[in-house]
Amino acid sequence: MANGTTTTATDDDDFVITPTRPGEEKGAWSAWIQDLLFTVDHKKLGLMYIGSGLLFFVVAGLMATLIRAQLAFPNSHLIAPDVYNRFFTMHGTAMVFMVGMPIIFGMANYLVPIMIGARDMAFPRLNAFGFWMFFFSGWFLYFSYFAGPGLYNAGSAPDIGWFAYSPLTAKAFSRGHSSDYWTLSLLSSGIGSMATALNIIVTTISLRCKGMTLGRMPLFVWTFLVVAFLVILALPPLSACQIMLILDRYLGAKFFDTQSGGSAVLWQHFFWIFGHPEVYILILPGFAAMNEIVPVFSRKPIFGYPIMVGANVMIAFISLGVWAHHMFTVGMTSLGNSFFAISTMLVAIPTGIKIFNWIGTMYGGKIRFEMPMIFCIAFLFQFLIAGLTGVMLSVAPFDWQLSDSYFVVAHFHYVLIGGLLYTIFASIYYWYPKAFGRMMSHKIGLWHFWLFTIGFHLTFGPQHIAGFLGMPRRIYTYEAGRGWEIWNLMSSIGVIFQLAGVLLFVWNLIYSYRKGKIAGDDPWDAWTLEWATTSPPPDYNFEKIPEVRSRRPLWDLKHPDDPDWKYE
Amino acid sequence: MTLLLPALTARAAEPTVYPISNMFDPLSKPALMIHESSIVVSLICLVIFLLVTGMIAYVVVKFPSKGASDDRQEPPQIYGSSQIELAWTVIPILITVVLILVTTRTIGEIQDKKMPENAVRVTIIGHQWWWEIHYMKPDGKGGWITDFVTANELHIPLSPKDKPRPTALTLESADVIHSYWVPQLNGKTDVIPNHQNHMWFEPWATGTFLGNCAEYCGTQHANMLIRVMVQKPDEFEKWLADQRAAPRTPLDAIALQGRQVFFGNSCVSCHKIAGTVAVGLFGPDLTHLMARTAIGSGVAPIGQASLRDWVRNPAHLKPGVLMPDMQLSEAQVDQVVAYLMTLK
Repeated sequence: MANGTTTTATDDDDFVITPTRPGEEKGAWSAWIQDLLFTVDHKKLGLMYIGSGLLFFVVAGLMATLIRAQLAFPNSHLIAPDVYNRFFTMHGTAMVFMVGMPIIFGMANYLVPIMIGARDMAFPRLNAFGFWMFFFSGWFLYFSYFAGPGLYNAGSAPDIGWFAYSPLTAKAFSRGHSSDYWTLSLLSSGIGSMATALNIIVTTISLRCKGMTLGRMPLFVWTFLVVAFLVILALPPLSACQIMLILDRYLGAKFFDTQSGGSAVLWQHFFWIFGHPEVYILILPGFAAMNEIVPVFSRKPIFGYPIMVGANVMIAFISLGVWAHHMFTVGMTSLGNSFFAISTMLVAIPTGIKIFNWIGTMYGGKIRFEMPMIFCIAFLFQFLIAGLTGVMLSVAPFDWQLSDSYFVVAHFHYVLIGGLLYTIFASIYYWYPKAFGRMMSHKIGLWHFWLFTIGFHLTFGPQHIAGFLGMPRRIYTYEAGRGWEIWNLMSSIGVIFQLAGVLLFVWNLIYSYRKGKIAGDDPWDAWTLEWATTSPPPDYNFEKIPEVRSRRPLWDLKHPDDPDWKYE
Repeated sequence: MTLLLPALTARAAEPTVYPISNMFDPLSKPALMIHESSIVVSLICLVIFLLVTGMIAYVVVKFPSKGASDDRQEPPQIYGSSQIELAWTVIPILITVVLILVTTRTIGEIQDKKMPENAVRVTIIGHQWWWEIHYMKPDGKGGWITDFVTANELHIPLSPKDKPRPTALTLESADVIHSYWVPQLNGKTDVIPNHQNHMWFEPWATGTFLGNCAEYCGTQHANMLIRVMVQKPDEFEKWLADQRAAPRTPLDAIALQGRQVFFGNSCVSCHKIAGTVAVGLFGPDLTHLMARTAIGSGVAPIGQASLRDWVRNPAHLKPGVLMPDMQLSEAQVDQVVAYLMTLK
């Protein structure tokens, strides 16, 4: 065997010579980095999405910690107002675009091909492109802390809030380059998101294995198909208004320039035509995970599969027509306000159906309280609260009071943390054994769950009441004596518990990677195709492309006497 | 929870200041109308919450697996039930219909209310980070023109329930979007440049009501506070008359020097004092500065000490404020403050 080459025997009399370049030896750091940089494998990209999403989660979470430190007491001078305003802008922007979006795309990337019995996404290179666009945009956004001042030496990171209402973003009110970093970062991450969404659609439409009709597709995949369509429909308005903003700022366009007859409300329409579907882009993947995890740990098939698919599609459809419920206070006509109040209330119907069907799935089952299921049950309770406060907000007159108050802050944190983040935790506990071949620790998991749950409710529960008492969001300080002190102090104390919970979660990820119990192919006794291959799956996922006859192919294998396909 | 909230804000019989701006303690007609529909929706949501939480608790308590030996036997596989699914689709639809009726009725009643002849007309213009307030009078041609200008603190008359006298606000902005929100008097309405909005109050309690700018508007969004003074009709009329008149307090020697400093510096380019050459429009009107209770749009109570602090360096009390540090000497600061204290 000559130096620099390895010889692989693939057949008795057929030798393939694979050249090995320096730095490519197995196990070397350089090889590992090369692999990360050049991989087009959907599983690696999926984990890279989730890993970088979690990294930004920690950074943006620490910013929230500082926000809560500042607000713990009235008249606090811990953080200067401009620094505080950058914190909440970066916290919001990063949590939505650099944490939520990449983590859900990571889940889709890893799981959609395996669940439909495919070897990879339809367009592996486009997939890698989407990831690197997001990754670049994330660092680009944070780079504004260093480069934002530009030649003007004004500003730093963006301080315009995550929805950046014009004309606060106009040159006159936002000097330097901070708003440009915000704009360009979202513009480029939007391109990546659309590429990935397109990829998910094509993959689910054309790469399903034999026998997997749309009606037999796992609900997880169905939900992501809907999400991908929403991304394709919702992202372009965002990109459009970012481009309009750049034109305004650098080429003298007047879209949002109110001094020259432009419209400040126009930006809000563009932004929320994106922004409201975005909420569903973020929460539907949570539903997707629920749809897989709740049945497996209740030992029953999902209750009402067809209506669950229908509810997904209905939610997505309605969500495209509710955007102006973010704008009840901008002075629309009473007809406009009524229209958007009604359309918003309609979302409650399919969402309610989903909650009832999950409870219906658990009813009569044999519930196993493993970590994924525990997070899912907490999701049910917390998302119920989030949904009901959402109904309260949809009543336009009530919204005139609640809008832009801490009640809204509490509401959407119940949606995005109590809803989305809990299902992300559930998903990680559920699919970690598949991705790394080892179980995550149940004991550390319980500590993580209880600390985080106590912290979560302690932080965001009292904020509802602060909102009732007239506390507006995005204020860096508040005067004493308005009845807000105690609720803010509770809120800030909750963060300590949340931090401890997240710390244990990160520790669990690292600890279980080395010391976790060996998982085997199918540790949860589950029913979808990802559990039919090894843990972790090989590069090509399946040695032989499977063929399915029902929604639960592994149930059919395990129960040949009582297969699902008899009943579907 | 909503029922408990009034208890949180128990207060003396006739307070002069309502420090807790609790939206469930409305003291003005539109706020009460909002409150009523809020209570309806909150109660419906509370009932749903209890029912569904009960359902979740029931299945969690009732159907846990009984350990490894039990696991081998799978439970009956139920795929769905059209009747049950129909039930939990139709019931939410009915609840939604109720909510829709409550909501649309309240929207119309509040938003489309016609303002009577006797309404007080006020135009409020939002600035980074203070409120410019114009009291309007008929221009004789069916429109309205400015009667006088003040800043930050809105005075409005009491509106007895049997003889209502609403205050009609027109909202405009000079720069970015703000939002005018006094929870006990009404919900919030955004204050948007190049876009007129309207709202109204009909309060039946006198006193000072607190509120905040509710739309993020830049560095000092937090200190863009609102004070609304609801006064008895005769007190209100007296206040109006005082505001219309020029300040008449005689100036002592130090105040005269202060006036010289004020007019010799660029203070006059931004501030207006009626009856003088100070006609600036960029900052708050100072004609009757001392008739207000706070400075910097609520950042500190008014008084010699706080005025001194402000004039010496406005950014000390309100970092990021657009008023520059005028680099006055300590003596000049004293003189200017003495002059400002005469603007009653």
